[in-house]
Amino acid sequence: MNLVLAKNETGRAVSDSFAVARDRLPGAGKVAEARSAAFEAYERTGLPHRRIEDWKYTDLRALMREVLPLADAPDAAALKRAAAAVKLQAINGARALVLVDGVFVPKLSEVGGLEKGLTIRTLRDVLETGEAALPAQLFSPDNDNPMVALNSAMITDGVVIEIADGVVLKQPLQIIHVASAPAAVAMFTRSLLRLGKDAGATLVESYIAADGTTAYQAHDSLVVAIGDNSRLDHVRLVEDSRDAFNISSAVVTLGAYAHFNTFGMTSGAAVSRYQATIAFAGEHSGVETNGVNLLDGRQHADTTLFMDHAVPHCASREVFRAVVDDRAHSVFQGRIIVRPDAQKTDAKMMTRALLLSDEAEANNKPELEIFSDDVTCGHGTTTGALDESLLFYMRARGLPEKEAQALLIQAFVGEAIGSVVNDDLRELAIAATQRWLEARR
Amino acid sequence: MTALLEMKDLKVRVEDNEILHGLTLTVNPGEVHAIMGPNGSGKSTLSHVIAGKPGYEVTDGQILFRGEDLLEMEPDERAAKGLFLAFQYPVEIPGVTTWNFLHTALNAQRKARGESQLSSPEFLKKVREVAKSLNIPQDMLKRGVNVGFSGGEKKRNEILQMALFEPAVCILDEMDSGLDIDALRIAADGVNALRSPDRAMVVITHYQRLLNYIIPDFVHVMSKGRVVKSGGKDLALELEASGYTQFEDAA
Repeated sequence: MNLVLAKNETGRAVSDSFAVARDRLPGAGKVAEARSAAFEAYERTGLPHRRIEDWKYTDLRALMREVLPLADAPDAAALKRAAAAVKLQAINGARALVLVDGVFVPKLSEVGGLEKGLTIRTLRDVLETGEAALPAQLFSPDNDNPMVALNSAMITDGVVIEIADGVVLKQPLQIIHVASAPAAVAMFTRSLLRLGKDAGATLVESYIAADGTTAYQAHDSLVVAIGDNSRLDHVRLVEDSRDAFNISSAVVTLGAYAHFNTFGMTSGAAVSRYQATIAFAGEHSGVETNGVNLLDGRQHADTTLFMDHAVPHCASREVFRAVVDDRAHSVFQGRIIVRPDAQKTDAKMMTRALLLSDEAEANNKPELEIFSDDVTCGHGTTTGALDESLLFYMRARGLPEKEAQALLIQAFVGEAIGSVVNDDLRELAIAATQRWLEARR
Repeated sequence: MTALLEMKDLKVRVEDNEILHGLTLTVNPGEVHAIMGPNGSGKSTLSHVIAGKPGYEVTDGQILFRGEDLLEMEPDERAAKGLFLAFQYPVEIPGVTTWNFLHTALNAQRKARGESQLSSPEFLKKVREVAKSLNIPQDMLKRGVNVGFSGGEKKRNEILQMALFEPAVCILDEMDSGLDIDALRIAADGVNALRSPDRAMVVITHYQRLLNYIIPDFVHVMSKGRVVKSGGKDLALELEASGYTQFEDAA
């Protein structure tokens, strides 16, 4: 079963393959209809390529070539390997929600003792339980984006988290995606997080691999709705295996007086793309979205953000840092749209890339589209190498070259990491940076 | 007795220009040497070559550090061996706290010498003592390296590092530049406190003024990439009176 190959490459009836996979995908009725519609939308382009503006720097036809067969549910050996990997990555005190090869695994997760006002279901349950229970947002992400559409068509599992009005979770939630299959396979997951009014939560998403995986593909999506006067702190750490693919999307909607602080760090995966759409639906809300790419070898990592200021009096900040070594390639695309009614918008974006080798590459593409006149908006971008005079000063004080570089790199990414408000999450990001720097010594 | 630092017929070029045309100088333990000379005489080039700054090509001659070939060593190896350059213009390193920088650097040097690593409390104790003796407020250690420091603070930070690393040879490159008389006195007191029979200093300066505070054992006059005259501390006073012009002709 080799499904959903890009149409122009195979010339085969891809939909036949989808039909085969469909039997294994959870949900009937409306779910099946939504899948079919999404797959049709995907088929219109197939894997996106450089002639599609949004994918100019990340040509999946060239980089990924094909969509791999759907992963089987993990067997006992796969679960054992996954458990070992989870152990290394789980955050102390967080509620672990573990997906292995795209399947929620209660045994590796903490599913009991839920705080009052917190409900957690698996996506599979939600898809199979029937129509009435189906959250409206589940298939809301935009099918115009081919990789979102593919994800919608193929999702097998994930977690559906709901936090009631007035509930501020004390315990962080950590969704851990573990690839464990030794075969070249794809997983398709989607998680939902809904915060009611006056609620609060901390969510960590980790992408990791167990020992022995082979160039797998993780296709994930996250749908978030933040209610009025609620706050979400979010960190995502992509530490996938170095031959893997991670194609993820997030769709976030904020109500009024809401706050979203998100930080993403990509140091793993051969090829990754994170595309996030953040929309202000209520006034007086704020978003800080920050990210760091730490890349070497021939890694390719793309962060594409779309900030949609649809209503007045909202503020957004984007701070992005890329550290690129060897022949790696970092892409940052940040688009901010300020719609006609969104007066008093305050939107700023700053992206900087640090190239550590002559062959390293960074593309920074900030875009501002402003349709209202009383706004404060700005963006800036720089690309450069480490300052030789700083390096010499540090080396003259006894620091070997790599250690001097490491200190400067930490300082460089520190600005983005420093914006993470939650102490534990910030430590997590610092530790991930350390791991990357240790590996390069 | 092995000399600490020996430069023998040193020739150095930067791109197509030869800056040092055969410089010879020997520095023994306990000695303080002053190198004076007009702008463009090659003083700073000499300090950079000794510390190992990239961009300088040594075309002839050698530099020995305790008899070892210094030019074969990376800048960090030179530091670990006991060579210290106090920069004319110390750089600012935003995002790296002075505290973290000094701790990492000291441990890197100790590691290179096969000595034990200092834990944070051990380091804290040591750096506090040194800072106190130099009148450096603790607050400065928490700030980014030299970020927002005044000229005087930057130079004091250099001397703090010198005291902390306990080098065998200190090269002070134009330590007086940008300092008012009070800052200069504080910096000089810091340097004088580090004078010892085992340690040598090379004080590079354009003006005689600094040498009122750091009294040298020897004074060398550089002109056009060579040492053209050497003498005792009185030579500095002589220069102050008559200027460098006489040597420009001699070179």
